[in-house]
Amino acid sequence: MELTTVWFCLIMVLWTGYFVLEGFDFGVGMLLPFLARGDRERRLMINTIGPLWDGNEVWVLTAGGATFAAFPEWYATLFSGFYLPLLLILLALIVRGVAFEFRHQRSDVTWQRRWDMAIVVGSFVPAFLWGVAFANIARGVPIDADKNFQGTVFTLLNPVGILGGLVTLTLFLTHGAMFIALKTDGEIRHRARALSLRLGTVAAVVAVVFMLWAEIHTGDVTSALFFIAAAACLLGGLAAAASGREGWAFAGTFLTLAFAVVGLFAALFPEVMPTTLEGGVSLTVHNASATHYTLQVMTVIAAIFTPIVVLYQGWTYWIFRRRLTIQHIPAEELAH
Amino acid sequence: MNALEITDIARWQFGIITVYHFLFVPLTIGLSAIVALMQTIWLKTKNDDWLRLTKFIGKLFLINIAMGVVTGIVQEFQFGMNWSTYSRFVGDIFGAPLAVEALLAFFLESTFIGLWIFGWDRVPRKIHVTFIWLVHIGTLASSWFILAANSWMQHPVGYRFNEERGRAELTDFWAVMFNKVQLGTFPHVIAASYMTAAVFLVAVCGFLYGKRATEAASLREAESVTVNGRDRDMYARGIRLGAVIAVVGFLGVAISGDVQGKIMTDVQPMKMAAAEALWDTSDSCAPFSIFTIGTPDGSAKRWSLEVPCVLSFLATGDPQAKVQGINDLQAQYEQQFGPGNYKPIIPVTYWSFRWMMGLGVAGVAGAVLLAWMTRKRRTPTWPWYNWIVVLAPLWALLGNGVGWVFTEMGRQPWVVFGLMQTADAASPNVSTTEAWISITALALLYAVLAVIEVGLLLRFIRKGADAYVEPPDLTWKDIKSDDDQPLTFAY
Ligand code: HDD
Ligand code: HEM
Ligand code: HEM
Repeated sequence: MELTTVWFCLIMVLWTGYFVLEGFDFGVGMLLPFLARGDRERRLMINTIGPLWDGNEVWVLTAGGATFAAFPEWYATLFSGFYLPLLLILLALIVRGVAFEFRHQRSDVTWQRRWDMAIVVGSFVPAFLWGVAFANIARGVPIDADKNFQGTVFTLLNPVGILGGLVTLTLFLTHGAMFIALKTDGEIRHRARALSLRLGTVAAVVAVVFMLWAEIHTGDVTSALFFIAAAACLLGGLAAAASGREGWAFAGTFLTLAFAVVGLFAALFPEVMPTTLEGGVSLTVHNASATHYTLQVMTVIAAIFTPIVVLYQGWTYWIFRRRLTIQHIPAEELAH
Repeated sequence: MNALEITDIARWQFGIITVYHFLFVPLTIGLSAIVALMQTIWLKTKNDDWLRLTKFIGKLFLINIAMGVVTGIVQEFQFGMNWSTYSRFVGDIFGAPLAVEALLAFFLESTFIGLWIFGWDRVPRKIHVTFIWLVHIGTLASSWFILAANSWMQHPVGYRFNEERGRAELTDFWAVMFNKVQLGTFPHVIAASYMTAAVFLVAVCGFLYGKRATEAASLREAESVTVNGRDRDMYARGIRLGAVIAVVGFLGVAISGDVQGKIMTDVQPMKMAAAEALWDTSDSCAPFSIFTIGTPDGSAKRWSLEVPCVLSFLATGDPQAKVQGINDLQAQYEQQFGPGNYKPIIPVTYWSFRWMMGLGVAGVAGAVLLAWMTRKRRTPTWPWYNWIVVLAPLWALLGNGVGWVFTEMGRQPWVVFGLMQTADAASPNVSTTEAWISITALALLYAVLAVIEVGLLLRFIRKGADAYVEPPDLTWKDIKSDDDQPLTFAY
C-alpha cells in the first residue's frame, strides 16, 4: 500500500475513534436535561463520563495534528474554509470542558444550573456541526485552482449538510443513552434504555437516508458494504436494547458509528475534498499530501505509539468499569 | 479584501490566544511536578499533612489545567483557520511535531489526569501516585514537541525548499527535534515553569501561614491551638519546598537564558541587536542598558543607564567582542533577501527583554522574601506582606508572557526566519468579518473565563487545605470492599 493510503486510513481511524468515543460523551451531555431527574441523577450522569471525556477529546486533536502533518493542504483548506462552524465548535468545546471541572466547585444552585446549561449547549453544537462538516466534505464544496475554499458559511448550510448534522446528532444521542443504560443502575438505567429505543428509531431513519444519498453521490462497492454494516449494527443494537442487553446495545451503536465513518471515507477515497467548482481542484491523497519522508517518519511513530495509547485508554475504561448508582454520588447541600 | 488587514487581525488573535494559553501552561508544567513530589513525599514519610497539601494544591492545579486544556484546543486548529498559506508552506515539517505531540503527550496527559482525579479509591496508592508523574511527563513531552516546532520557525534546519510545490520539505526529522535553538529553549521554558509554579506555591502557602499566624494570636483553647500549630507547620513545609524550587528554577532560567542569548546572536543577530536597541555596530565591549529614555519611535536614545561590556558577554561570552548593530544588519539583509524592512519593532523587543528578566527576578525575590519572613514559625507583620503574596506569582507569569512576546516579535518580519514573511502567511480566503468575529468571540469568552477562574482560585486559596483527608486504599482488596461506598471524588 502507498504511504498516502496508509495515512488516509490512519486519519480515518482517528476520526472513527473520535466519533465512537466522544460521541457517547456528547450524547450524555445533551441528554442531561432530558434524562436526569433531580440533581443527584444529573451528577450521576456527569460522573459516568467524568474520567473519560478528556481522553476522548484528544482523538480529535490527534486527527487535526495528523491531518496537518500528512495532508497539509487538506488541513489548510478544510479549516480555513469551514471557518465559522469550526469556531463555533471550538467555543463549544471550551465552554463544555471547563464546565465539567468548574460545575462541582461551588454548591450553589444558580452556579450549577449555568454550568449544566454550558454542558448541554457545548455538547449539542459540536454534535450537530461535525455532521454538517463531514456531509459537506462528501458532497463537495467550491474549491478554486489554488486549493482555497471559495464559499461562505451559507454554502455549508445546504440540505445535505443539515441532514448530515442531524445524523451525528441523533446517533450521538442514541449512543449516549445506551451508554447511560450500560453504566448506571437504578431507575435511570431503565429510563435511558427506553429513551435509547425512541432516539434510535429516529436516528435509523435519518442515517439510512443519509447513507443512501452518500452511496449514490460518491459511493462504490466498498462503501456500500460498510453502510450496510452500519445500518445492520444499528438495528441489531436497537434489538439488543429492546431485549435488555445493554452491552450489546452499546456495541451496536459503537459499530454503527464506526462503520458509517469508514463508509464515508471509503466513498471519498482517493479524494479528500472534492470540488464543485468548474476549473477548481479537488484535493486528493496525492495532491494534498506531505512528502514520502515525512510520512515514513510519522508511520514509524504511529506504529509504535498508537497501540500503546489504545492499551492505556482501554485500561482506564476497565478501571472505571463498574456501574454507578445515585448511592455512589456523595451527598451535597445546595445553597440557593 | 485587503490581505494586510487579515494578517493584522490574525496576528493579534495569535498573540492574545497564545499568551493566554501560556498563562496556564507554566503552572500546569510546574504544579504537576510539585503535586507529584508532594504525593511522593507523603508516601515516603507517611505524614498526612503532605497528603493534605497534595489535595489542596492538587485542587488549584486542576482548576488551572482545565483552562490550559481548553485554550490549547484552539491553538491546534488556529494554524489552519487563520494561517492557511503558512500551513501549506510548512506543513510537511511543522505538522509532524504537532501530530506527535498529540499522540505522545496529549493522550498521556488527559488520560492519566482523569485516572488521577477519579482514581483515589480505584487503585492502590502506590499505583495512584504514578498517574500524576505520568501527567507531568506528558507536559514535558508536550513542551518538547511544540517548542521544537517553534524553534524551527526561529531557525529552520533539516529541510529543503521545493521550487515546484513552493513549499519547505522535511529532509531530517532528527535535525528538527534537536535544533540547537530548541536545545536552549526547552530548558529555559521548563525551568521558567518550575520557577513560576514554585513562586505560586510559596505565595499560596505564605498567605495561609500568615492567616493562621494572625488567628493564633486570638486563640485560647488548647485544642484549637494545636490544630492551628499543625496547619502552620504544614504551610511552612510548603513554603520551604517552594522556595528551594524557585531558587533552583531561577538559576536554571538564568543559565539557559545565557546560552540562548549566544545561540540567538548566532542564528538571529537582528534579534539580539533589537533586544538592546543597538543601532550601530559596537566594535568591542558593548554595554547593556538597564533602562533607557528614547525618542518615542525608538529610533534613538536620549539617556540610558548602562553597564559596560555586558551585552558583548551576553551575546558571545566574550566581554570584548564585537556586536553587530541594527543598521548594519538591515543593510546586510537587503543584500541577501532584497529590499524591505528587516527590523522588528524595536521598543517592543527592547522592553520585553528587560521586563522578562525584571518580572521573573521580582517574582523569585518576592518568594524568597516571603520564605524569609515566615522563617522559624515567625508571624509576618510587615505591611507589604499581602502585596508580595499577590504580586509575586503574577510577576512570574507576566515574565513568561513577555518572554514570548520578545521571542516572537523579535523574529519579525519573518514567520519562518529567512523563508517566509508574516505578511505572506495568512489565509487568503478568510474575510475580515470572519476574522473579527473570531477574535472578538474568543477574547470575550476568555475574559469571562479569566474572571471565573480567578474567582475560584481565590475562593479555594482563602479556604485553605481541608482539615482531614481520608488516606486512600493500600491494596486491591480494600478497593474491592468499598465498591458500594460513595465515591471519594465525584464531579
Ligand atoms: C512550553 C510549553 C507549551 C507551549 C509553547 C504550548 N503549549 Fe499547549 N499545552 C502545554 C504546553 C505548551 C501543556 C503544559 O502540555 C498543556 C497545558 C495544559 C495541559 O493540559 O497541557 C497544553 C495543552 C494544549 C492542548 C490541549 C491538550 C489536551 O487536551 O490535553 C493543545 C491542543 C495544545 N496545548 C496545543 C498547543 C499549540 C498548537 C501551541 C502552539 C501554538 C501550544 N499548545 C503552545
Ligand atoms: C506559548 C508560547 C507562545 C507565545 C506566548 C507566542 C506569542 C506570540 C505572539 C505575541 C505573537 C504575535 C507577534 C506579532 O504580532 O508580531 C506570535 C505570533 C506567532 N507565533 Fe507565537 N508564541 C508562542 C508559541 C508559538 C509556537 C509554539 C508557535 C508555533 C508552533 C508559534 C507560532 C507563531 C505564529 C505562526 C505567529 C503568527 C505570525 C506572527 O505574527 O509572528 N508561536 N506568537
Ligand atoms: C535572567 C536571565 C534571563 C536571560 C538571560 C534570558 C534570556 C532569554 C533569551 C535570550 C530569550 C530569547 C530566545 C530566542 O528568541 O531565541 C528568552 C526567551 C524567553 N524567556 Fe528568558 N531570560 C532570562 C530570564 C527569564 C525569566 C525569569 C523568565 C520567566 C519568568 C523567562 C521566560 C522566557 C520565556 C517564556 C521565553 C520565550 C521562549 C523562549 O524562546 O525560550 N526568562 N529568554
